[in-house]
Amino acid sequence: MSILALYNNLNSFLVLGALLFGIGIYGIVTRRTLIGMLIAAELLLVGASINFMAFNRFTAPDPVVGQVFTLFIMAIAAAEAAIGLSIVISVYRHYKSIDAEDTVQLKG
Amino acid sequence: MNPPIPLAEAPSLFSVDGLVGLVFLIMVAITIIGAIIACNSERLVRSVAGLIVCFVGVAGVYYFLNSPFVAMMQILIYVGAVAVTISFAIMLAAPEEKMKLGSSSPLVGPFGLGTAALITGGFSVLALRTEWPVMTKINDGSVKNIGLQLLTNFSMVFELVSIVLLIAIIGALVIARVRRES
Repeated sequence: MSILALYNNLNSFLVLGALLFGIGIYGIVTRRTLIGMLIAAELLLVGASINFMAFNRFTAPDPVVGQVFTLFIMAIAAAEAAIGLSIVISVYRHYKSIDAEDTVQLKG
Repeated sequence: MNPPIPLAEAPSLFSVDGLVGLVFLIMVAITIIGAIIACNSERLVRSVAGLIVCFVGVAGVYYFLNSPFVAMMQILIYVGAVAVTISFAIMLAAPEEKMKLGSSSPLVGPFGLGTAALITGGFSVLALRTEWPVMTKINDGSVKNIGLQLLTNFSMVFELVSIVLLIAIIGALVIARVRRES
């Protein structure tokens, strides 16, 4: 088994996608700030996109569909980042903090 | 489009296949190191820099998946737009001297690591143990084909994404606007 042939193998891309997804989950769980959580969420989306592109390259009959889907994921991620960051700015203006522990006004 | 090479056949390092494999390993290393920096650094600015490094590595990985167009879009949209937006938000909303956060529970780190390891391991085992069916390609996935399908088969979704982006921009403006009456 050679590691130099990994680039032409479906499994290596799937493991890379899973690894990025895991790092993103770790970031969401451990980060204290809202912006840090948004950054980790971007990593989750990228991990999912790598999975789509890997199946698109190796198994799917039409290699256009996965690329188009990845483009749509990118557009949705851009919209999510814009909305999330404007919410963060608004929260900062109200609470003077971006710590997720401080925004507990709705906590029961 | 090359058929997948079986892992048992080792290409030599100084053949074309071997060099391509080396570049792929470098790209994977860039991606993973960037992701770890993005999730672990103390300052948010460094974490955005790690995110940019990770996205450039992912663009390289897309190149290996026969889609240079998506790689280009990855750099344009993620590095050019999303990362810049996040750094603007950090400049607007996170002054570094006010970043003294309260101490979190000491269990957060190990539990987060455990959750991430479980998810990664589960997905990897699932991916490695499944026999994925391979179908024959019906086109080559070139930029020309992407453009044709984007404006014929997927035109409805294309328009919907445009509307979603428009609404997101307007919504972001409305949320982040300074309300003068208060």
